[in-house]
Formats: sequence, structure tokens, C-alpha cells
Amino acid sequence: MTEVLATTPGLFPLPDRAKSALADLKGHQKDDLIDGEETGELLEVYDRARRDVIEIQTDAGLDRIVDGQLRWDDMLAHPLCVHDRVETRGIVRYYDNNNFYREPVVRGELTYDGDIAAELDGAAGVDQAVLPGPYSLCDLATDEHYGDDGEDRRASDAIDAVAGAVPVDTDVVVHTYWGAIPEKPYAHLMDAAVDAIGFDLIADHEQTIYNIQEYGTKPSVALGVVDGKNTLGESPEEIAERIEWVLDNLPAESFETVYATANTELFYLPVNKFEAKLEALAAAPAEVEL
Amino acid sequence: MSPPSDTREQFRPPEHPTEHFLMTTVVGSYPKPTWLNRAKDLAEDDDHDFDDGDLGEALDDAARTITDEHVRAGLDVVVDGEMRRNEMVEYFAHRIDGYEFNGPVKVWGHNYFDKPSVVEAVGYDEPWLVDEFAFTTGVATGPVKVPITGPYTLASWSFNEHYDSEAEVAYELADLVNEEVRRLVEAGARYIQIDEPALATTPGDHAIVGECLEHIADGVPEDVRLGLHVCYGDYSRIYPEILDMPVDEYDLELANGEYDQLEVFTEPEFTKDLALGVVDVHTGEVETVEEIKDNITRGFEVVPPERLTVSPDCGMKLLPREIAARKMENMVQAAREVEAELDAGEIDVGFAGE
Repeated sequence: MTEVLATTPGLFPLPDRAKSALADLKGHQKDDLIDGEETGELLEVYDRARRDVIEIQTDAGLDRIVDGQLRWDDMLAHPLCVHDRVETRGIVRYYDNNNFYREPVVRGELTYDGDIAAELDGAAGVDQAVLPGPYSLCDLATDEHYGDDGEDRRASDAIDAVAGAVPVDTDVVVHTYWGAIPEKPYAHLMDAAVDAIGFDLIADHEQTIYNIQEYGTKPSVALGVVDGKNTLGESPEEIAERIEWVLDNLPAESFETVYATANTELFYLPVNKFEAKLEALAAAPAEVEL
Repeated sequence: MSPPSDTREQFRPPEHPTEHFLMTTVVGSYPKPTWLNRAKDLAEDDDHDFDDGDLGEALDDAARTITDEHVRAGLDVVVDGEMRRNEMVEYFAHRIDGYEFNGPVKVWGHNYFDKPSVVEAVGYDEPWLVDEFAFTTGVATGPVKVPITGPYTLASWSFNEHYDSEAEVAYELADLVNEEVRRLVEAGARYIQIDEPALATTPGDHAIVGECLEHIADGVPEDVRLGLHVCYGDYSRIYPEILDMPVDEYDLELANGEYDQLEVFTEPEFTKDLALGVVDVHTGEVETVEEIKDNITRGFEVVPPERLTVSPDCGMKLLPREIAARKMENMVQAAREVEAELDAGEIDVGFAGE
């Protein structure tokens, strides 16, 4: 029996009152961004903001609760930008968006520093962690230490290393975005021992369906059917229809879990539209007819 | 060699001391006086009796002061530093029917903008810049340029809830920009610059920008100088295609990259006027007159002096005001010295070989 769960790929917009409070406390320039050493009032603002976004998700009724990664000034590059062996330089474009992050330059060996674990430790009620995948981190960074470019094949091994590090009862989903995964990396990704792959069906549903029909997919699936980059809202019924459409086009697949989610991170949205999207997502599973 | 653009000579000051004329101007935005930002805060605060009328007076004063700062720097064509515009997309979206605002979104770090949503068909409501132009002209002693955020950038930096594609939004907005340009021309404007920074993000869309400019230029008299400003991108992705656009001048950021992309514009021949960025707006260091003169002469590798306009890389609003003023002054002095040296035959113009 397929179970449909509502969740998100994380990276939420800061609540508006935290936006201004943090801008006042930290400043507007690149040297003012997070360094992983925040204390005092700054810590309190982040704690309160985190409680706010957890409450929003709980009230909406989402099946999986994330902490929103509110400290991640540099979006998915955050874990690198706060690491001791990484130097941050100028502001660079974040994928094809009109958003920017500090260029992280890897200058020494990357070791465990506990930044994200500490963040999650302080977040009561969170049951889904969101981490940038090794392939994306590699893509977002400049390497001046390892001297070795990332490859599609190694991305799969790297994801395995991540997936292998979690207890067996923890589901691991590799959520991908910015359109369909090109065929070759998709074939390699299928070798990784994860429970589900997530797809951006807003940007490209046809190639995604083709990939799954051609190469299959994992026992569970995450469907990015809510547009994380547009204020235009989806109703729970529309979200359910999109999920049903995908499943109808994959008659050979039977899934353990279908995660109903957004196609991208949600920080692109103003807060009111972000909250409306969470509410619609949370209400969608009840509308899905399998 | 194609003849110099015939929209240019009208901007030569009557008493211009040299035969050569390197037109000096700026891209548009300028640091706002601190007191103007304070005045805005006061006007938003209900506990104060500083009302919209007071704010209007402050905006007039700021526009007058900053226009004068441009005049004093000696620029041939001035602007008001966009004192009345809070942000280059928001300002216009507030004046266009069909837009809705939902709140701030992140650009980077703790910098946000009120990214608007197109929620129904866009339409022309009230004039956007005619009053600004009339006021600036009233306080300036010479010609005034009007920068307008281009339709492609207005579309790209908005959420689109209504139209089938971003291109469709851009074309609809281009018709509104055309309406505004016609009104500006009627009010006497002769130099209009379309700002399309979003083209740098998605250079593959140059054909959409070109189509937008066809809409914008429709019905605009030939003596009106139309410019296009583009910045911080890979120009090889848009050149030479941009030469086909119906504009007289391309205003390009090139000083920031130390002219590493200049060669892009040498082949094929640059057949329009070039407004060359000769000071970097992302460094607080004021370039010396000598440095700027060297930068200006780099422009002659692309166009002859009669088709070169001298300008900063981009809007200067992020610089400290004093630095911005000194950059303008040095830029004008450098242009005047290069003109004199050209008159005296002391500068070898690389382009003049033809």
C-alpha cells in the first residue's frame, strides 16, 4: 500500500521579523554573514525564528518537519562557508538565479565540524534533516586543495557514503532540482543505495518521466510538484492531480512512499506565499486517489 | 567605417573647448543622501507628523542636490541619481497595473527586495518618469538622460502568475515602456537608456531583449538617442547579435574586469556608439585621472572618438557619496584631457587605421 507524505526540500525564507532583526544585528555586507560562531542575541533570534517555522509546519500538518536551515546565508554552500579550512571570497551567482552566495574556496582537508548537527540538536520537533549532496557542494565550491574534479560516477559513490552513515530505519532521499537529471548521471545515481530520488517536475516533467520509464527508480519517490519559485499558489487538489498524473504515467512502478514536495528550496518566496504553499502541500495527500 | 550616430551632436555643450567630443555621462543611480533615508523612515512612522508632503519636499531637495552634484562634476549629460526610485524593479511595478507585492525576498545575505508578482494582465496606469524628467530638466543646466528599467529585467525579476512565459510578460511590458518613452519624448526627452542587467544572467535570451527593443523603439523619432545598458555578464554570448537591436548606443561595464572582454567587440566591427565603463563602481578606490585616461583610450580599440561615450561601469548607488562624486569629477577631467590630446594629434587612435 503506497503511503503519500507531505514534506519540503527545506531552506525556508526567514520570518520577516527575523529578516530585519538579523540585518540589524549582522549587517548587509559579505563580511557580516554567518561564520558558525554566533552567540548571545543573534542565537536567540535564530532560535525564535526556528521555533516559528517549526510551528508553521506543525500547524499546517506536514508529515515531515524540517528546521528550515535559517542560518544558511549561503544557501546550499553553507556547510562549506562556515568550515575552518574554507576561505570565502567574492559574491557569486547561485545557479541561474538572481541570488548570490560567498564563493567557498577549499584550502585544506574537509573534516567533520558539527555545525549542522548542533543546529539540529537545538530544534525540537524536527524529524527531517536536509543536507546538500556532495555533488552540489563540489559544484558550488572552488577547490584549491584536492586538485580533483567531481565526476558523475563519483557523485554516486559520494552519495552512498552519506547514505551508509545513517541508521537503517532512516529513509534517505536524494532530491534533485533545476529540471530533469541528464540521462547518464541518472543512471549512475540509480546505483546509489538510497530509498528515494526526488524529481523537479515543475521545470521538466517529460524527461523525468522518460528517465524513470527507462532506468526505473527507487522503492520510494519524492515528487517536486509545488513550484518553489513562483508565488502562484497550488490548491491541494491540483497538487494531488499532479501526483496522480505522475503515477499514472509510471504503471510499472509501485511505490512504498510517495513524498509530495516542492521542486526547489522555498527561500525564493515571500513569507505569506511560502506559508500558503506549506498548507496546500500538507492537505494534498488526503486528496490523492491511488 | 559607418558614420557616427547623428543623435549625438545635440549633446555637445555650446562652449565645448575642443573639436573632439567624448560625451560624458553616468548610468543612473547614485548614493542617496543619508538625510533622505532618515526622512523616509520618518514618513513611514505614524508617531511623527512628518507626512507625505514633507517627504515630497525632501525628494525634490535630494533630486535638486544630486542633479547639481552631476552638473558640478562637469558631465555633458546628467541624471538626478534616481533619488525618487527605491529600487529598479519595485519603482516601476508600483506604477504598472497587474502587479502585486507580497513581501521581501532574499537576494543575498541579509539583502532583500520586494519582488513583485504579475497577477493579471499588465497595463499602463500613470506616467512613470515624466515628472522626474521635467523636474531634473528644470534644475539642470544641460541635457538630461532618462534611464528606464527594461521590460526583460522587469519580467525576469518578478514572479509570473499570469502569462504563459516570461517572454510574453516581457513583450507586454515592452509595449508599456514604449508608451512611457513616447510620453517622455513628448515632454522633451532626447536621450533614453534601457537598463537590462538581467540579460547577463541569461544571455541566451538576447533575442527576447531584441524583440522588446523593437516594441520600445516603435514610433520614437530618429533624433532621440536610445541606449541599452548591460553589465556583469559574458559579452561573447550576446555579441555581435546585439548590434541588430534598434538602439544607438551600448553602455557596457568593462573596467571591473580590466577590459578582459574588450576584444569581444573588435570582431566583427562595432557599428554603433559605445558607452564605455571607465570607472569601477565596485571599489571604493578613486581612479586617478591618468588611470581613467588609459581606460578611455582602450575604447578606441573598438570605436573612433566620435562614437565613444565615457561613463562609469554601472549605477553608483552602492558607493559612499563622496567617492562617487570624486569618480565623476576625475572621469570628466580625464575625458577633457583626452579630447585635447586628440585635437593635438598626441593620441594614436588604434581604430583610425581604417
